Amino acid sequence: MTENESTERSALLTLDGLRKAYPGVVANDDVSFTVWPGEVHALLGENGAGKSTLVKMIYGLVKPDRGIMVLEGKAFTPANPAAARSAGVAMVFQHFSLFDALNVAENIALGMDNPPAQRELATRISEVSEAYGLPLDPARIVGDLSAGERQRVEIIRCLLQDPRLLIMDEPTSVLTPQEVEILFHTLRKLTAEGTAILYISHKLEEIRALCEDATILRLGKVVDTCDPREKSARELAEMMVGESLHIPTREEFKPGQVVLAIEGLSLPSPSSFGTALRDISLKLSAGEVLGIGGVAGNGQDEFLSALSGEVLALPGVITLNGKDVGLLGPNPRRALGLLAAPEERLGHAAAPDMSLLENALLTGAVRENLTSRGFLKWGRVKDFTEKIIDEFDVRTPGPENAARSLSGGNLQKFVIGREILQRPDVLVVNQPTWGVDASAAAAIRQALLDLAAGGAAVIVISQDLDELLEISDRFTALNEGRLAKPRPAQGLSVEEIGLMMGGAHDMHEAEVNT
Amino acid sequence: MDLSSINPILLIASLMVAATPILLAAIGEMVVEKAGVLNLGVEGMMITGAVVGFAIGVNTGSPALGFIAAALGGAAVSMLFGVLTQYLLSNQVATGLGLTLFGLGLSALIGKPYEGMKSPVLQKLDIPVLSDLPVVGPILFGHDPVVYLSLILVVLVWYGLKFSRAGLILRAVGENHEAAHALGYKVIRVRLMAIAFGGACAGLGGAYISLVRVPQWVEGLTAGAGWIALAIVVFASWRPWRVLLGAYLFGGVSVLQLNLQAAGLAIPVEYLSMSPYVITIVVLVFISARGQHGAPGSLGRSFHASG
Repeated sequence: MTENESTERSALLTLDGLRKAYPGVVANDDVSFTVWPGEVHALLGENGAGKSTLVKMIYGLVKPDRGIMVLEGKAFTPANPAAARSAGVAMVFQHFSLFDALNVAENIALGMDNPPAQRELATRISEVSEAYGLPLDPARIVGDLSAGERQRVEIIRCLLQDPRLLIMDEPTSVLTPQEVEILFHTLRKLTAEGTAILYISHKLEEIRALCEDATILRLGKVVDTCDPREKSARELAEMMVGESLHIPTREEFKPGQVVLAIEGLSLPSPSSFGTALRDISLKLSAGEVLGIGGVAGNGQDEFLSALSGEVLALPGVITLNGKDVGLLGPNPRRALGLLAAPEERLGHAAAPDMSLLENALLTGAVRENLTSRGFLKWGRVKDFTEKIIDEFDVRTPGPENAARSLSGGNLQKFVIGREILQRPDVLVVNQPTWGVDASAAAAIRQALLDLAAGGAAVIVISQDLDELLEISDRFTALNEGRLAKPRPAQGLSVEEIGLMMGGAHDMHEAEVNT
Repeated sequence: MDLSSINPILLIASLMVAATPILLAAIGEMVVEKAGVLNLGVEGMMITGAVVGFAIGVNTGSPALGFIAAALGGAAVSMLFGVLTQYLLSNQVATGLGLTLFGLGLSALIGKPYEGMKSPVLQKLDIPVLSDLPVVGPILFGHDPVVYLSLILVVLVWYGLKFSRAGLILRAVGENHEAAHALGYKVIRVRLMAIAFGGACAGLGGAYISLVRVPQWVEGLTAGAGWIALAIVVFASWRPWRVLLGAYLFGGVSVLQLNLQAAGLAIPVEYLSMSPYVITIVVLVFISARGQHGAPGSLGRSFHASG
């Protein structure tokens, strides 16, 4: 694909000298590159490198201050997304642009310029979703879908428009390996038809598997281009960061005593589209990292809620350090040492419009003594917040800033750091590195490993299998609300993992340790 | 006490008249809130419509022109709210309350010369045969055109929100304005149109009080009808048919309690007077307790395009 392209083919999209500055920050400066028809072009860079601003310019959401874009030989200056769409540019957003109260078909209709009648659209949705292996019921309300399913809505919305350039911002972050394979199959089919794909991802192995060309951005500037198939993931990461990369290290795991025991946890589904938990049993020892994989929507959120205390279990079902906590709510469980960091950063793990100080106070009040007799100790809150910001390298102008103003990766570091610094006995995290760049993800994983090395037990729920295999001592998977029997992560083959995730249930009670 | 003095047919016919102003204001406000805007100025827009409609009606002798002027007047004051909240990003709650106070003052000023005058009469529909039918005649075919207009509006709003592209975009804007903006929809333009529609409906509702129900001008004529309309929208869970039910329930109990007062029921007048408010709210609370349809996601939040 890369040979003779300038002579034989005409470029699909050429960017030349694009610049966009916001007050106080230059998001993009002199960005130039070319996308050819039928190629998958990766856009690499850390959080804040200017990838989002760049694709927003191509999608007509932001106007460049300077520079030109040429699409298929014609000057391309989309005034708005509708103009970009009619020129053949479609985009899958990182933060889903979906409407919770509307159903799937309505959401998809909103992303099209001339949608067919609802019934016809529903048929087309079913066709496309089956053709590309992304099952989706057009009549379901989007608010009830899992993150993975919500992303399917976005992808199908784009595919229905037969785009010539498809921009994908972190498309696989919530998909299982099998789903990623299917998506890649879809994307390869699209490129064979001549569609070009501009692909943003932090998963470098994926980029190596999929992309033929890569442009690397650092601090708004193009610093390098390469063929990712010829580089290792580590080399790519170092090109992004501009320095050598820290790989998480771990010490040998020696099982300690059991800190958390779950005995036959069953819970009905919280909403009509949620997942019921079925007879989950588990024993977790001090110093252990347990990785839980599984396809989105198989009970991950429900399991986290049951452990954090948002949903109460029956007495005797959950035992923490020998104490029955099944009927205790989140704060008593926190007091006893069971902490949780849920998946949804904005709205679940953090209150978007409140400052970092207030967000630190919200979960840290119990264990960090941030209140006394009903009054807040702002001095201590400030110390605690600044400690999180320091130790976890949260990049923000100051602790008074609203949680909403942080980028996804920075907020994730804050949320995880906030729990780790409370010295939990058991920490449960869901999707700890979703949408987080390589170096921040490595820092978060290292922090989780350090926590375990310090004697805490850690449960990591994730859909990133590489991540789970990298940090887990034992691995298990959730399937339709059932937990497979945990197995040692070391030496586990991909086939075995696939079977666990696909629901080859081992209904025997989970063993203590292995 | 003489309950036989209450004629159920006339009761139903007059409850439709009593409910129409609230129905008009409520269906307009529902559209505004579906677009994600909370306009607490319904009372102010209603009374502006009431005085403008009355003044134009008296001066031209045509109630129809009065209604048209009232709709335009209501839309005009709603645009004050629109510019303040959508372009200047002022707080919607405070601005809406201000709009109510502004409307009350403005209407008193405009209405001073018209106090004590009588409005021209809006002709009722008189269809030969049909209007003379027993029972159904007075209920279905004996009203003035605005009563029918209000019912047609309910149907149009229901159909438009549910089945039209414009309705889908309006709901999308109200549900998640950032996502709507990301997809390229003009959030502020959609909201301004919804606000103008709400203002026009409130103006019509107000004019119905001054031109048909009362029919004359006195200061503070609307007497809280705009607030009831706001409450009905919330308790009806933002659904057109429930808005209709709520408005008619309120109108019905209002008319019934007046009849009961006249019939000399041995319940203190105060209880009878509060009964429409209490009963309407209790019934709608029970209805909205079932089902989980909540407020539009972006209701009351200011939108400012960024990035």
